[in-house]
Amino acid sequence: MSKMIFIGSDQLTAALDHLSERVELWVPAGASGGPGVIRFQRYRPGVEVVLDRLTNLSPKEAVQPQVETLLRFRTVKSADDPAAEQLLLDDGIEARRVLVFGARPCDARAFLLSDEVFLKGPYEDVYYRARRESTLLAALVCREGDDACFCSAVGGGPADTAGSDLRIVPVEGGVVVEALGEEAESLLEGLGEVVSDAGREEALRVVDEISALCMGEIDTSASVQAFKSRFEDRDYWREVAERCLSCGVCTFVCPTCYCFTITDEKRGLEGERLRSWDSCMFYQYTLEASGHNPRPTKLERYRNRVGHKFSYFPEKYDGRFSCTGCGRCVRFCPVSIDIRRAVSGLKENICECP
Amino acid sequence: MSVLNPYRPELATIREVIQETASIRTLRVTLDDAEKMRGFSFQPGQVGQLSVFGVGESTFVINSPPSCRDYLQFSIMRVGEVTQRLHQLNVGDQIGVRAPLGNAFPVEEMRGKHILFIAGGIGMAPLRTLLLTLLEERERYGEITLIYGARSPGDLCYRYEFEDWKSRGAELVLTVDQEFPGWTERVGFVPTVLSEESPSPHNRIAVVCGPPIMIKFVLFGLKELEFEDHQIFTTLEKRMKCGIGICGRCNIGSQYVCVDGPVFNFDQLRHMVPDL
Repeated sequence: MSKMIFIGSDQLTAALDHLSERVELWVPAGASGGPGVIRFQRYRPGVEVVLDRLTNLSPKEAVQPQVETLLRFRTVKSADDPAAEQLLLDDGIEARRVLVFGARPCDARAFLLSDEVFLKGPYEDVYYRARRESTLLAALVCREGDDACFCSAVGGGPADTAGSDLRIVPVEGGVVVEALGEEAESLLEGLGEVVSDAGREEALRVVDEISALCMGEIDTSASVQAFKSRFEDRDYWREVAERCLSCGVCTFVCPTCYCFTITDEKRGLEGERLRSWDSCMFYQYTLEASGHNPRPTKLERYRNRVGHKFSYFPEKYDGRFSCTGCGRCVRFCPVSIDIRRAVSGLKENICECP
Repeated sequence: MSVLNPYRPELATIREVIQETASIRTLRVTLDDAEKMRGFSFQPGQVGQLSVFGVGESTFVINSPPSCRDYLQFSIMRVGEVTQRLHQLNVGDQIGVRAPLGNAFPVEEMRGKHILFIAGGIGMAPLRTLLLTLLEERERYGEITLIYGARSPGDLCYRYEFEDWKSRGAELVLTVDQEFPGWTERVGFVPTVLSEESPSPHNRIAVVCGPPIMIKFVLFGLKELEFEDHQIFTTLEKRMKCGIGICGRCNIGSQYVCVDGPVFNFDQLRHMVPDL
């Protein structure tokens, strides 16, 4: 039987304090990004954890920092021969043990999808691996879903455990935390009371109840092919992307968007090569030095985003969508573009004649 | 970490600089780690990422043939930030190299066949490595023809090697866009010269590289001559960052030019979404 503990609401702070002494703890909490912004951040005693609301940003930052150093370089000059220069490179990385507490099942699932891209080849991203291997996810069974959510339509569900190391179940008077693996079990040592039989039953009842919820319905069947058939239907894409402002918020808040850019910064004799989040919604993303741009307007860019998530990615990775239905792109789009409409519309009005 | 880190460039030193045209320079470089230089192997068509530390990285084909063990050669047209800085470097300067990356031309498949190279401007660079490789085993192939064009005689790369290529059994058809004093070869755009030559598609493979507009019309020309899609190869370029199939920007549908390419035949391209 998996290990379960009960943490009473009044004990949660103490438990997190205790955890944060052992690992780098990330929790959803109010952020300075504006009133009501909830995002994952480093836990420090005093931080107020918010578990009853969805977060604006996913915890992907824990493994894919918005900016990270890939390489440090330094030019060394010698006093004996001032004309001679020697470059030194350093690609060291320090990964700390991280626990993300209070992610949602959709966010945990997103880590599995990114694993495919960063770890399964043909090349392995060593920076990603170092962070990923030292990161544990405690996912909170989700009953806060709103009408933008559609995890059930893309292979997940509000009580799904894919990608999670621990499961947090909200129960009367607190939470039950269940270890889903050995490493997670050791983290629970001394954290709360071992749960009673009645408590275990209650937790399982909550899980069953939430598992039964169906979050969102969109017809994704055959989207791989439907997208391709619709690729050159510019009227369709124009209509779908007409309002797009190319602001990139959909990619910024997306738990599965992973695209990045690499840039160099140098001051004097030292510098760094940095990797930063990028967005396929930006004109510059594919702009070539010659001036040619394969995706010059929002039409091509939005089409690529839909295609990547619902056609290219599943084609490459066993039919899985690069979307976990978290609903953030729907919720935060300033002009209310809804990817569900873009996907389900792929199959509408297609001329069936040969 | 390091040895297995695909983002970490090898340090390399520029050994020779050749000014090809007003905007194209060729760099011959060697890896600073002598053992890695000795063990370096690649296939014709594969590319490398060159770093100017503090400026960035860009992708270039390795245009020396794999048999050349003394240096790696890259030809660089000055267009953007990184290429601008690469042009300012001199013999003895250090750069970073991540190579080899990407796929290669199917040399095996070319054995026993006639090979038609069609190049425009800097598009000669990826064909040079293949051409030289085929010429090393000249007897294994049928006719080897090169149609190479540029705006003006001064815009042709590797002019100092043309005689050598000819003497080793390649037929060269050189063309420039308009008449120039002293120019005795062909005048006209590459697609026009192609239809004048009208090579038969029988047992022939065409390898095309040049500006997109040239590729487009050469393709029309080849189709008119009844070449089939699988007989026509090209090597694509896209803006790249990681070069290892992760960062996301060089995709055409589910394929990445950096790892699934840069070499494709037109049969493959026809099955991909037209996102070029």
